[in-house]
Amino acid sequence: MALNEPIKISEVPNYEEIPFYSKQKRLVLKNCGTIDPNSFEEYVGADGYEGLLKVLLTMTPEQVVEELKKTGLRGRGGGGFSTGLKWEFCQKAPGDKKYIICNADEGDPGAFMDRSLLEGDPHSLLEGMAIGAYAIGADEGYIYCRAEYPLAIARLNQAIEQAEKAGLLGDNILGTGFNFHLHIKEGAGAFVCGEETALMASIEGKRGMPRPRPPFPAERGLWGKPSNINNVETFANIPYIFRVGAEEYTKLGTEKSKGTKVFALTGKINNTGLAEVPMGISMREIIFDIGGGILDGKKFKAVQIGGPSGGCIPEHLLDTPVDYDSLIAAGAMMGSGGLVVMDEDTCMVDVAKFFLDFTQSESCGKCTPCREGTKRMLEMLIDITEGRGKEGDIEKLETLASSISAGSLCALGQTAPNPILSTLQYFRDEYEAHIKEKRCPAGVCKELIGYFITETCRGCGLCKKVCPTDAISGEIKGLHLIDQEKCIKCGACMEKCPFESIIRK
Amino acid sequence: MQIKNLDDLQKIKADSLKHTKAKRDSITQIIIGMGTCGIAAGARNVMNAAIAEIEKRNLSDIEVLQTGCNGMCQKEPLLDVARPGEDRVTYGPVMPTDVSRIITEHIVNGNIVEDLVIAKIPSKA
Repeated sequence: MALNEPIKISEVPNYEEIPFYSKQKRLVLKNCGTIDPNSFEEYVGADGYEGLLKVLLTMTPEQVVEELKKTGLRGRGGGGFSTGLKWEFCQKAPGDKKYIICNADEGDPGAFMDRSLLEGDPHSLLEGMAIGAYAIGADEGYIYCRAEYPLAIARLNQAIEQAEKAGLLGDNILGTGFNFHLHIKEGAGAFVCGEETALMASIEGKRGMPRPRPPFPAERGLWGKPSNINNVETFANIPYIFRVGAEEYTKLGTEKSKGTKVFALTGKINNTGLAEVPMGISMREIIFDIGGGILDGKKFKAVQIGGPSGGCIPEHLLDTPVDYDSLIAAGAMMGSGGLVVMDEDTCMVDVAKFFLDFTQSESCGKCTPCREGTKRMLEMLIDITEGRGKEGDIEKLETLASSISAGSLCALGQTAPNPILSTLQYFRDEYEAHIKEKRCPAGVCKELIGYFITETCRGCGLCKKVCPTDAISGEIKGLHLIDQEKCIKCGACMEKCPFESIIRK
Repeated sequence: MQIKNLDDLQKIKADSLKHTKAKRDSITQIIIGMGTCGIAAGARNVMNAAIAEIEKRNLSDIEVLQTGCNGMCQKEPLLDVARPGEDRVTYGPVMPTDVSRIITEHIVNGNIVEDLVIAKIPSKA
């Protein structure tokens, strides 16, 4: 143990004083990590269900929609459509049977906002959905959650049971005549099932494939009935909004993007984690203040936002305010909240290839532009990263990208080219280096790099020992040599060499 | 209990807050972040180590609770200690081998384990 005097509890900083939290504004995540998610009473103790009671006892469905429209709340799942308008469409759609659905099919690589919310504060989703059901006139709801979130599903099931027992779900809630029954549908984890029409098909027990819109779900949704779909985080905003009112809520955020957004910080960043920030904060503040900057003191290169449908934001746009419209203008999008931070050692062509590989394997295959197009784009990217890129490939990629965007049935295909277009927009020189000079500037693409031992080698033999393919030869105290045929370019020798005598080029 | 009106809800809320406060004033709480992220980082082993250590030392008036993810994935597994009436202090990353030290130093002796401490939540805001 340390010999110094132990520090006192008063010397420990408060949460708000440490960099990770000081710029956050936790409305949606306020209960995550503070209450016991297994306890109904603790949720109520943290102002839970006050919004629902206020709505059911004092407001008409029309007033609920009006109030929501005043907040300017926009969908947190990606597109950013006005939630109030969406509710209004469904409320006004003719029909006596309607459904409310929560899209908890979180599928972007590196995204875990919804999971943390479902696990940490399941009742907030239930409360948000019950308010929505009342507003649109639904008596039944579904939470579509991927089966690979078993803890989230267990906590949701438990929360539903608790809410039913308390009389906040079920028939004739609070004696108002409002009935609301909530079910969980476990999805198998196909990315395309995050698309609303595919999601509804999946709930109906059909293969998860999108269908053309219109008709939109508000008109013809689940089992042909008017339905409203929102994302987890959108619903989780609702209880707070109706507890404090639109006026208070709109104090946070920018003119056209109100409230907060939850981001999952991942990649080459010091503080990976979940952060909820007010809209309008700059990307630089998120990455360098909350995220603590880049790992190992490396240089920032870009941040990928919006997952496979999104784009990259380079260094010179780091001061872009984080709101729906500024991000679109920068060639990216808000998306659901995944932020993947990349440093100088990241190859942007390789990043585009990673996302295309993802969308290509997740394409459901229903429409040709997406099924064939993503495959062809991926093939071209593989060729470029393996040294077979040809003059004119960039232009071909651009043409193909615009055809796929224009011709695909759903957002998966329409946005699949975005990672390519956005990396081309800001890092075209990297594509050109791969194609024209057969060189990967970041030293990532294995077919384009080689490891070599220089004259400064002291012949210690450490590289030889660590090489997994016995590609290195040489006598102790003599210059060593790498057999380029045998070398698999793992880089282990370079890491091991104590004299920095091994170079990559 | 079936909630019929606002008074019913307010009563549950008041009881819940009273119950929480009574517990915070009388017993020591160990709270472990048990989201999937925490569990993946080893929170379950940390929780088991805490329960075993409490049994081994025959400590009374202490309970082990769980909570969701507070967002600091980098510091998982997270373990909070709240002694009666004192601020709630978060430690991380906590390995099962650290648990005995945190219990001895913080819970028994009232000292902060400096090398693992992250931040605190004041006992009454």
